[in-house]
Amino acid sequence: MKLDLDISKIHKCRECANDIADQVMEHVQRVTTTTIERTVLRLLGVDGVNHAGVPLPNVVVDSVHRAGHLEDGIATYMARAVASTGLSPQQVAEKVACGELDLTLTASAPAGIGGCERSVLSSAVSASLDRILANVATRREYLSRLDPGTEPLIYVIVATGNIYEDVEQAQSAAKAGADIIAVIRSTAQSLLDYVPYGATTEGFGGTFATQENFRIMRRGLDSVSVETGRYIRLVNYCSGLCMPEIAAMGALERLDMMLNDSMYGILFRDINMKRTFADQHFSRMINAYAGITINTGEDNYLTTADAYDEAHTVLASQFINEALAHRSGLPDSQIGLGHAFEINPELKDGFLYEVAQAQLARDIFPDAPLKYMPPTKYMTGDIFRGYLLNGMFNLAGVMTGQSIQLLGMLTEAIHTPHIHDRYLATKNAKHVFNNARHLGDDILYTRGGIIQTRAEQVLDDTARMLQHVRDRGLMNAMGEGIFAGIARTPDGGRGLDGVAAKSADYWNPFEEAIASRLALAASNDPRRR
Amino acid sequence: MPQVDLKSVRPYGDTLDDGKVQLGFTLPIRYGPEAKEAARQLVMKMGFEGADVVSAHDLGGHFTYFVVYGKCVHSVDVTSLRVPKVEVEQMDFFKINDLVRDKLGRKITVVAACTGSDAHTVGIDAIINMKGYAGEYGLERYPWFRAHNLGAQVPNETLVAKAIDTDADAILVSQVVTQRNVHIANMTRLVDLLEAEGIRDDVILVAGGPRISHELALELGYDAGFGPGTLPSHVAAYIAQEMVRKEHRTSPDLGKER
Repeated sequence: MKLDLDISKIHKCRECANDIADQVMEHVQRVTTTTIERTVLRLLGVDGVNHAGVPLPNVVVDSVHRAGHLEDGIATYMARAVASTGLSPQQVAEKVACGELDLTLTASAPAGIGGCERSVLSSAVSASLDRILANVATRREYLSRLDPGTEPLIYVIVATGNIYEDVEQAQSAAKAGADIIAVIRSTAQSLLDYVPYGATTEGFGGTFATQENFRIMRRGLDSVSVETGRYIRLVNYCSGLCMPEIAAMGALERLDMMLNDSMYGILFRDINMKRTFADQHFSRMINAYAGITINTGEDNYLTTADAYDEAHTVLASQFINEALAHRSGLPDSQIGLGHAFEINPELKDGFLYEVAQAQLARDIFPDAPLKYMPPTKYMTGDIFRGYLLNGMFNLAGVMTGQSIQLLGMLTEAIHTPHIHDRYLATKNAKHVFNNARHLGDDILYTRGGIIQTRAEQVLDDTARMLQHVRDRGLMNAMGEGIFAGIARTPDGGRGLDGVAAKSADYWNPFEEAIASRLALAASNDPRRR
Repeated sequence: MPQVDLKSVRPYGDTLDDGKVQLGFTLPIRYGPEAKEAARQLVMKMGFEGADVVSAHDLGGHFTYFVVYGKCVHSVDVTSLRVPKVEVEQMDFFKINDLVRDKLGRKITVVAACTGSDAHTVGIDAIINMKGYAGEYGLERYPWFRAHNLGAQVPNETLVAKAIDTDADAILVSQVVTQRNVHIANMTRLVDLLEAEGIRDDVILVAGGPRISHELALELGYDAGFGPGTLPSHVAAYIAQEMVRKEHRTSPDLGKER
């Protein structure tokens, strides 16, 4: 620890965050959602679309949800259908899609199904979980055989809208030195209550996240990994109305990281909080099991709120994201807590405050692969000034030991990055990282100096905020606009109609199996206490 | 310094009329002497003389990035230019509020949103939210404005409904995502909706965003467009002055002004 912080204050913050997370989990364990159930189907191998282009997982889940029977879990109905017809889950879904089978007709069967009915799905469940484990092993094998990269890892974005162009640009970026490639999603995909299907070549401000697109990009990055001798990691967005489905797709196609925040969708996409809290939990269990590192989205607070005044909201959210992630079985090494370099560059000593915040995160979360986001709010279109700001950001990143450096683009605020923007950004980062590689090791922060004082102040403000949130409960506190100045209510926002209370006979075989494989405490579940 | 001929202006490097321009671009070809020559010839074709490839970088695969200098032989007659600008007298927070109080005598209602699929609220937040931007308060802080920021990804229909609901005087639309000109269709659609509702002429319709110009806004049927660097007071002053102008146009002899 470099900032000489009061350990007891950090413990106090963690205690509060744990209480806050436990309150949220009380709710999470009581409900399921349409996207959680669609995830179960996807993991059972259900894929494809009907004649109208609607994904089969949606067709099947909607047919049961419309009849008001989601409470038992889609697996219950699927198991009955498989047991009585001898078909595979995919064949059952196809029959539902063309109207030859109605899963709800079995709903009048006595509550609960026998172990023998459930067991008809056990081979499909293990096949899927084993495929994910095989991906974990493949990743480990790549990382041992190839250069795993040196932190801060260089993270860049591609966003052409056309997955095949994206592959070209990603390979070029990897050859220039990028370690991590994120494919930005088409704008508004987070508000779609389904996952588009197949390879796509048109998008707005990004490329649709589809399982086929994941596969195409993974193949492209594996080939450039072998060519460059460095393992190139792939990222996508596990956020919005389909969090767990995207997590499942990413797990099946060996993505390495997922943007996944417990509150981002609520705040910035106005998605209902009861929905998101449930979705984020199951999505994170899948990420945990698949060895996928999540990236949380605290940086977003600072694009709407002031980075200097609201610094404590970032730290408070990091504590909450950490506590919730632990409850989904994510180890610290897979919790990429986010923050950003967004203080007004005109502020005197602004760089010192940035260093204070970045070092604070590093000291408090020593094992987290911290994700550091570049300046965007004060980028003006003056590309030369922008290049300098990004250089300062890179210096803060290397000297405070950040793990994942999302590179700023000199053309931020003008357009999605051109191929040479990414090249120049990578060159900037590589230069600064190399030139100041061990600067952090040599630095001691003066007690009572600007940086150390600022860090203490942010920690104090964070402790106060977390105590308030604990007293009010997170859901109520979010109604006060405590994060990013945005207020949300428990029953407001999109997607509440996709939330259903679980019955006593609710069954989700993947949640069960992953929880047991991750050795998650059964005490997470209030019904079993 | 020698006199600049405004009828014939060209780029200035370090001598008047040297025409020096710096270009940066990528060609989808492999790095090498041929790539440099291709870049040089291309820049000559763009109308530059003495093209000089000062830097070429291999971007991996079949892409090469160049920095090229050239001398621009063209010039522009600045005296003949006509650029549409938002006609507004710059005022500060206090003067704007005083104007509304004294000349209008009621609060101005503004509804604002990032419409369509656009989720980037940085611009609209800077103009509307209490906090403001670059040391200036946003419209929410103006005592003589009633500002409603509807946030991100608002359907045009919702924005129009809110405008009717609040009897809005002005509608502010922010568009940041402009890939494949998605903003054009979206902005046009709003004008169509307002016309269908018969309220287009009742509101001041303003667009803003990094790629929005006043000219583009006018072309799409808006009253004004604000580009990058716009501060809350620019927008507030425009709306306040336009409201006063409108009021006087529609009620020329009611003697409201005392």
